[in-house]
Amino acid sequence: MPNATTIALIPLLPLAGFLLLGLFGQKLFKKSAGLIGTALLLAATILALYTAYEYFFVYGKVDGVYQKFVLLQLTWLEFYKGVSIDMGIIIDPISVMMLVVVTFISLMVHIYSLGYMKGEKRFSTYYSFLGLFTFSMLGLVLASNIFQMYIFWEGVGVSSFLLIGFYYDKPSAVAACKKAFIVTRFADLGFLIGILVLSYSAGTLDIGTLIQRLTSPESNVVKTATAYSFLGASALTWGAALVFIGGAGKSAMFPLHIWLPDAMEGPTPVSALIHAATMVVAGVYLVARLFPVFSITTPGVLEIVGWVGALSAILAAVIACTQTDIKRVLAYSTMSQIGFMMFALGVSKYGGEAGSGYTASMFHLFTHAMFKALLFLGAGAVIHYVHSNDIKDMGGLRKYLPITHITFLIACLAIAGIPPFAGFFSKEEILHAAYQNNMAVYWIALITSGLTAFYMFRLYFSIFWNKETPTFAKATAGKEGGFAMMLPLVLLGVGAAAAGFIPFGEFVSIDGKPLVSKINLVFSIAPVALGLTGIMAALWLYKKQNNRSARLAASLGGFYKAAYHKFYIDEIYLFITKKIIFNLIARPAAWFDRNVVDGLVNLTGTSIQAASEGIKKVQSGKVQQYAIYFLTGVIVLAALFIYIWK
Amino acid sequence: MLAPGLYHILFISAALFFIGVYGFLTRRNLITMLMSIELILNSVNLNFIAFNKYLWPQKMDGLFFTVFIIAIAAAEAALAIAIIINLYRSHQSIDVGNAEDLKY
Repeated sequence: MPNATTIALIPLLPLAGFLLLGLFGQKLFKKSAGLIGTALLLAATILALYTAYEYFFVYGKVDGVYQKFVLLQLTWLEFYKGVSIDMGIIIDPISVMMLVVVTFISLMVHIYSLGYMKGEKRFSTYYSFLGLFTFSMLGLVLASNIFQMYIFWEGVGVSSFLLIGFYYDKPSAVAACKKAFIVTRFADLGFLIGILVLSYSAGTLDIGTLIQRLTSPESNVVKTATAYSFLGASALTWGAALVFIGGAGKSAMFPLHIWLPDAMEGPTPVSALIHAATMVVAGVYLVARLFPVFSITTPGVLEIVGWVGALSAILAAVIACTQTDIKRVLAYSTMSQIGFMMFALGVSKYGGEAGSGYTASMFHLFTHAMFKALLFLGAGAVIHYVHSNDIKDMGGLRKYLPITHITFLIACLAIAGIPPFAGFFSKEEILHAAYQNNMAVYWIALITSGLTAFYMFRLYFSIFWNKETPTFAKATAGKEGGFAMMLPLVLLGVGAAAAGFIPFGEFVSIDGKPLVSKINLVFSIAPVALGLTGIMAALWLYKKQNNRSARLAASLGGFYKAAYHKFYIDEIYLFITKKIIFNLIARPAAWFDRNVVDGLVNLTGTSIQAASEGIKKVQSGKVQQYAIYFLTGVIVLAALFIYIWK
Repeated sequence: MLAPGLYHILFISAALFFIGVYGFLTRRNLITMLMSIELILNSVNLNFIAFNKYLWPQKMDGLFFTVFIIAIAAAEAALAIAIIINLYRSHQSIDVGNAEDLKY
């Protein structure tokens, strides 16, 4: 059986780090904050790996099926019998897999930041925020209660907000962190309402019980809930759709993706941890966690999940081809890859061979965390060296940054889906699942994977080749980052190269039964060929300095311009918020508030003031006046007493 | 000669009372006001005595009350004059109009 104490320690260690460094960091651990945070996280990572080993190889499997364990359910808030917010730990294949991913990537980022953030004024604050984030993310992953998940979900939102706005003296960072928080918070409103609808229908907040009650179509619960309908869809459909809106906001799915590119204002290691590998896949994890509800009870919503994922994937890939900010390209690529995970879930069915999309999605989540974190950390090393985010300032760096160059190349090959790197295996399984279930999505995915290879290698060639001599002045450039920065790159490079060989289907599948993944060589020809074409195109356009790319952009004309401006989605948002919401709702509301509500309050104030002005005159200090009042009162009382009351 | 009855004494008492009230309300000099208060007190004393004598001649309660009131009036007069002297020291006047700032 799993050991609850060991597993509970995994999130609690980063929390300890957060409290210790947050409360005393600036005074006591100004220099050693990084080492303390890293040491705590190293311990958590070891515990997570130990847990994973124990679960997958020792006790997890009973009769060939991976079991779900719920350990430690502490009731925190009970509404009424059966409906309570518990703090619990759930152990099943995906949560164990996420434990490993989150702790490992977080550890890499902790180590990397030792070099990258060195000499930063708020060094210890930075590490305490990282601890808070890791704690919240692990709590989210382990949540056994849907409301517990929501609490930690907001926790990661807050730590993301804090870390994006880490350079709070930079106006763009402040704007970005506000944008990220507001957009995700807006989506979380959907999540909250979804939780309420689903838990009201099921009469429980516990995830296991909720799934069990909502997935048997004959049960009374489902029958009653489907009887309620709103705008032609049943209560359960609405609940699931609203929960997905929350997931889409966190995972930067179209049209709620606008915060992710701006979130790149945060320190680069933060982008690697939060906005590439862990937090943004929380939406995928949420859908996967509630997958039985989505696939059995509300297949319509799952279809929406699939289409939103596919649309986001291709849209982000097109935009990524035109951006020149290295981190923004990676941000759009993240959005595109999460789109892959989403539609892999969308095309999946419950159980057996048809559930391969679920396994593929989780597999891609796993490998993507490796190579995308590597890409961000590599980009961080480049930015650290060049002191610029713009790829126009880079070029010819391969001689100056050899380790970064090799690891970046591995990551690019992995994300482009070139065998035998990690991305190949997971993407292949996703494409296979799409091919079996939804041809239209399959074609979108195929085109997107070609585009992925193109934009990644556009980035690679622009940074490391293109110009023979770098444009920046050599005097300002330092050395390639130190040991602390190179170690995570190498470790993640090994991960990105080798993670694909893990027989993932053996461990993670929707019903716990092992799923044998079949990589079909004939099937792989098309995506790999497309990927190679993309690489070749990038090679032709960007390896040497030339004007081919400019001519190509000119020939695409309006389409290129639209993609460069991110299809004007930000502008549309601005138009809707500023022109429509502000003018039509906010301004009248503000007028009402200022004139009617404030007016009433002021009226109360002034009338009381006027009354008291009047009363004040009574107290004049003239003794004889008082005597007159007194006498009048006595006379009136006497008259009353004599003539009326007798 | 006709012996005075209860009503005669009550009339004098009432007259005394209203003279006192009038004096209290109109005089500006604090000592005169004090004197007016004494008039009011004495009108009350007269009432006590008159009711005692004419209504319950066998009892002494009214007399005792009067004696106490005279004693207290003496103490009160001493106190009031002390206050007036202090007021004079600080304000150089015993006009009641100048004592208005005591309300602060």
